[in-house]
Amino acid sequence: MPKRRLKAKHAFTGWAVVVYAFLFLPILVMAVFAFNKPSPAALAAHHGSNICSIPPDQVGNITVWNGFTSCWFSAGLHDPTFIPAIVTSLQIAAAASIIATVLGLCAALALARMKPRLRAPFDALVYLTLVVPEIVIAVASLIFFVQARNYIHAFPPLGKATILLGQVVFNASVAMLIIRARFVGMGDTLEEAAYDLGSGPLATFRQVTLPRLMPAIVAAALLSFTFSFDDYVLPAFTNGTTNTWPIVLYSAVRFGLTPAVNALATIMLGATLLAVVVTAIVLRRGRVQVTPGQETSRGLDAALGLR
Amino acid sequence: MAVAEKTPEVAAAPAAATRRKRSFRPRYPAWLTAPSLLYYVIFFLGPMAILVAFSLAVQQGFGSLRYGFDTSQYHQIATSLYLNIFERTLVMASVGTLLTIVVGYPIAYWMARYLTTYKMLALLLIVVPFWTSFLIRTYALKIILDPNGYLARDVGVNIMYTKYAVGVGLVYNYLPLFILPVFASLERMDWTLIEAATDLGARPFTAFREITLRLTLPGVVTGALLVFIPMTGEYIIPNILSGGNYEFVGNVIGDQFNQAQNQPFGSALSIALMAALSVFVIAYILFATKEEQFGA
Repeated sequence: MPKRRLKAKHAFTGWAVVVYAFLFLPILVMAVFAFNKPSPAALAAHHGSNICSIPPDQVGNITVWNGFTSCWFSAGLHDPTFIPAIVTSLQIAAAASIIATVLGLCAALALARMKPRLRAPFDALVYLTLVVPEIVIAVASLIFFVQARNYIHAFPPLGKATILLGQVVFNASVAMLIIRARFVGMGDTLEEAAYDLGSGPLATFRQVTLPRLMPAIVAAALLSFTFSFDDYVLPAFTNGTTNTWPIVLYSAVRFGLTPAVNALATIMLGATLLAVVVTAIVLRRGRVQVTPGQETSRGLDAALGLR
Repeated sequence: MAVAEKTPEVAAAPAAATRRKRSFRPRYPAWLTAPSLLYYVIFFLGPMAILVAFSLAVQQGFGSLRYGFDTSQYHQIATSLYLNIFERTLVMASVGTLLTIVVGYPIAYWMARYLTTYKMLALLLIVVPFWTSFLIRTYALKIILDPNGYLARDVGVNIMYTKYAVGVGLVYNYLPLFILPVFASLERMDWTLIEAATDLGARPFTAFREITLRLTLPGVVTGALLVFIPMTGEYIIPNILSGGNYEFVGNVIGDQFNQAQNQPFGSALSIALMAALSVFVIAYILFATKEEQFGA
């Protein structure tokens, strides 16, 4: 490599190191500060009591290092507001993920091989659900659910159900795009072969199409789950009196920092990363050979819901 | 002229003739779109329709309103106070997008140009924050930027609760979203073109400007719009990192439903925000289609 190019390479690598530090340092600091003690002044004021039972507004300055303790993790896990909220979020996310994936799968199957002219209006609707700012969807859903219940009593009151119903819109669109990208990339030759060999439509779907679509379906379900679980804006307006994990996290963040929040956030982060790694391994194993090149470049951004 | 027009047909004819005749083309029935279509109509178009109706309704006292065709809410948006907020939001999102390009493009370039073995790992490390909670990431940033933290106390960078903190937050949260499409377009590039250009005497920067930049420009524009659009509708970042000092349109909309209870005005603001965004969304669709054709 010429000297000049090598120099350029070093400059780029240096910049990359800076940017990766920018991306990961805050998360790392948050995790480290989950082990932080309250400030010396707070410790002196609450002398003798369990240091992690000091209320959040009295822990003092905890954005500098005061010493090591691991008791925030148990304090966070025994908090009366956090844990029920996490359970609620898990329930909503599981339901949203299943409904969105089923809706997305059905639409993707039909749309992938539909005439472009027929497909265009549906596509436009799908993209609309993705580009409308979430705050707009949130306030619109709020007035919609309130008004709908005024006129039609079958609609649920504000709560878990309305959070779920609102979230499925966005998630179904993402799921549809992910599954469709893979379905189009797969081609239809194997299905044609199955039909030629005398397999019916349902048997072909079950034995040929579905197994090959599985990685995309898993990716779509997992991404829907993550989006739903982490979502703050829509639930913040359509929750009624229900608390979800992002809602309690948000109010904790807005009104003062406490290491107990760091501890729970770190646990959540760890769980997410573990889930991502496990899925990546599962998807790697179950990967199906497709046209080389095409799938790799499209698969990644599709798998992230960018298309 | 007639001959010239005929030529492509003649050339295409044998290819069509030799193409394998399909015995059957598997299709799935169109009614499979019905469930999601129905869902979108009820839970997406329904709320949007009520939003439009609310924006034209008349507020009668606290919390009650009468449907009608009253455009006064829109006239109120056109006053300088609210136009300023729109301007501030668009300027801030533009600055955030430009910063994201400046920070992110070199990273995408570095991955595509110089990395081989660790390319996928580098990409994965960019993607990982994208999978973690947006709220947790913003919270993590708040710890770093806290006025009592090391950065403010020992380094002297005290930007919490200012527009600079909002800018940092925008770049921090949206960087992965920009890098991915740009990386994809850089991956598709034929690097031998650069070799050819330098062989023919072009200086490295000229080769970059004339070839790399031009070929990846559609990817950059796509990525830029992909981050600009959600930045404009941002709600969480200004709220947490500016502490209400530097509100975006999204925050003002939220306030109308949370505190002010002026739902018609909040609805009108929402419609105005979508109208402002539609220009960029149309631009995005045009570029994304172009990019797709170009890449294929």
